[in-house]
Amino acid sequence: MTFFLETLIGGLLAGTMYSLVALGFVLIYKASGVFNFAQGAMLLFAALTFVSLQEQGLPFALALILTVVVMALGAILIERTVLRPLVNRSQITLFMATLGLSFVIEGLAQGLMGAQVRALDLGIEDVPLFWGDVMVSQFDLVAAATAALVVTVLALLFNRTRIGVSLRAVADDTRAALSIGINLNRIWQIVWAVAGILGLVAGLLWGARQGVQFSLSLVVLKALPVLIIGGFTSIGGAIVGGLIVGAAENLAEVYIGPYIGGGITPWFAYVLAIVFLYIRPAGLFGEPAIERV
Amino acid sequence: MHLPLKHKLATVLLVLSTANAVSNTALAATNEQFFPLANYRVGAYASSGIPVWAGMIDYLRYINEVEGGINGVKLVWQECETEWTAEKGIECYERFKNGLNGAPVAVYQPNGAPAAYALADKAAADKIPLITLGYGRTEATDGSVFPYNFPVMLTFYSEASAVINYIAQREGGLDRLKGKKIATVYHDSAYGRETQSPLALLAEKYGFENIQIPVADPGNEQSAQWRQVRQLKPDWVFLRTWGVSTPVAIKTAARFGFPVERIIGDIWASSDEDVLPTGEAGKGYLALTPYPGGSEFEIHKRIKQHILDQGKSDLKDPKSFGSVYYNSGLVNAAIAVEAIRAGQQKFGHRPLNGEEGRWGLEHLNIDEARLKAIGFYGLMQPLKLSCSDHEGGGAAKVQQWDGSRWTLITDWVQADRETLRPLIEAKSNAYAKEKGITPRSCASED
Repeated sequence: MTFFLETLIGGLLAGTMYSLVALGFVLIYKASGVFNFAQGAMLLFAALTFVSLQEQGLPFALALILTVVVMALGAILIERTVLRPLVNRSQITLFMATLGLSFVIEGLAQGLMGAQVRALDLGIEDVPLFWGDVMVSQFDLVAAATAALVVTVLALLFNRTRIGVSLRAVADDTRAALSIGINLNRIWQIVWAVAGILGLVAGLLWGARQGVQFSLSLVVLKALPVLIIGGFTSIGGAIVGGLIVGAAENLAEVYIGPYIGGGITPWFAYVLAIVFLYIRPAGLFGEPAIERV
Repeated sequence: MHLPLKHKLATVLLVLSTANAVSNTALAATNEQFFPLANYRVGAYASSGIPVWAGMIDYLRYINEVEGGINGVKLVWQECETEWTAEKGIECYERFKNGLNGAPVAVYQPNGAPAAYALADKAAADKIPLITLGYGRTEATDGSVFPYNFPVMLTFYSEASAVINYIAQREGGLDRLKGKKIATVYHDSAYGRETQSPLALLAEKYGFENIQIPVADPGNEQSAQWRQVRQLKPDWVFLRTWGVSTPVAIKTAARFGFPVERIIGDIWASSDEDVLPTGEAGKGYLALTPYPGGSEFEIHKRIKQHILDQGKSDLKDPKSFGSVYYNSGLVNAAIAVEAIRAGQQKFGHRPLNGEEGRWGLEHLNIDEARLKAIGFYGLMQPLKLSCSDHEGGGAAKVQQWDGSRWTLITDWVQADRETLRPLIEAKSNAYAKEKGITPRSCASED
């Protein structure tokens, strides 16, 4: 029983790391209905910028602030050069644009800051803690607390600020929002900047665990099943989806894996996502699309 | 058609000058050996690849500029990006297999397991020998079935045997392995699964418990695997990961309280890039390597003097000079150069083609005296290949990470190749049967 509990808790905590990545997608999807294929590249770019600034001798806080500024400037640049010319185009056009954008950002990141692996020390010890007989990771607890903090901040941003209300209006009906004077370009700039900052938070936590390198951009593969399960439009859904994926894949690896050769975590999350697609196509907390035909 | 005299004269001059240029190119090409570089400077594995190509290019440049080429034959090289994928690896091979401006290809290094597997039959048909140091098909050791595949120096089978022999050294002898638990945490791919058969055989022979725990690609979350390790309490973990799955494994092991000095990484989990991100967690990590890290070997002194200090190195980051991957580039290039040199002893001091390159490889004999002469003593093990043995060596050194650099803690640990040979022959015979290949007789070739 202790082993089961430990696996379950460990899985849930690992799931929050997936949620952090998924949140960036949700934000952009909510504002524009576009699945941002470049989120992984943004995550890589943010983490690489941070470690590169640290390598130049900048203290942690200053490197963090400068990286936030860089991500915000990047968001403005993306809005001006990629999104604005494509306003009123179909969603698939915007999706393809983000696909191209991902290659540009990945190339820029490695071209400007190098392709070598960098160590990232956040000062959080990745050592075991014991709750009775149950072992948990201190690092995972910090990641879970970070995810909780991020969700709280986003909830306040969406529900208690004028920008948040504008953002929700754009998400509900872009044309109606435009007709009442909401500045779509400004909203997109803000949303992409916040998604970039979320990428930075996720990039720092994942980078501290595996090193800052190109494969950081691949952690988004974990976010897709999370989004399918939680729903593409729900911040709470990204958290719940992450918890489900984390717990399910860990339990499956330990209890089902030995019977079918093991190494099942990556595809098991997708199998779970397919099951959810059959039962709830919009995800647990997603908004079902209703159209008059 | 009636052209004015001036135009006719111009045309004749143009034809003559073109013919002259062509013949000059042909003349130049006749004394050049093409060295194709199928590389991966971008993509997920770029951080591993970049120092490898620097090591290779620096050595080739050293041979050209200091030694005047191989017996006067200059080396020319060209790069082609594979991103460590099979499809681009094949594309590069197709582009390179006919040589460069008349300079022929004597040996080809696919530089990546996917491309190595994909090219095995194709290269044999084209009669171009593939050198796959530390990767590729282990059964290609049997040159009677695989005349054009050379998994030189350390196959995955030998690697498994060498690690068991090292553990035996640490435990006080092979007889002390009985009852021990040895877990292999492996990348769930053809590469990762390759050591399952030899480890099963060795477990049966020595009586240790053989635990196999797979990690699916890319391996950036391994809680489930290390929770199993913690539950099973092995005495040693043999870590056979690749890319990001190595630092994640080391850090996750620390998180689950498994002692890092009881983890032994394999050839693809033994580089600076694998341990740099691990910080404190990686201190004490052990790794097996056929090309240890370090820049104090004789070849490094020579390259530093003639290439690095002259600003001619391909290395962008001087900190990587002497890194494990840089040294792997040096060793890979040296094997190719020595194979061509061996071939030239039979075919003359001229550029060689693939068939001649294969002959050179099968008659390669880099003994200790030769290692000292070329500056690789200590960095590379003696290597003697033949028709029936395309591996040679079969040894590795064990190095330990102290948080900033690798320190060698053993001399060469030799694999028990005799015990493994029947497994290899069984696999190569099965391959021959499947493909309808009649194995050649090595008795007449060796």
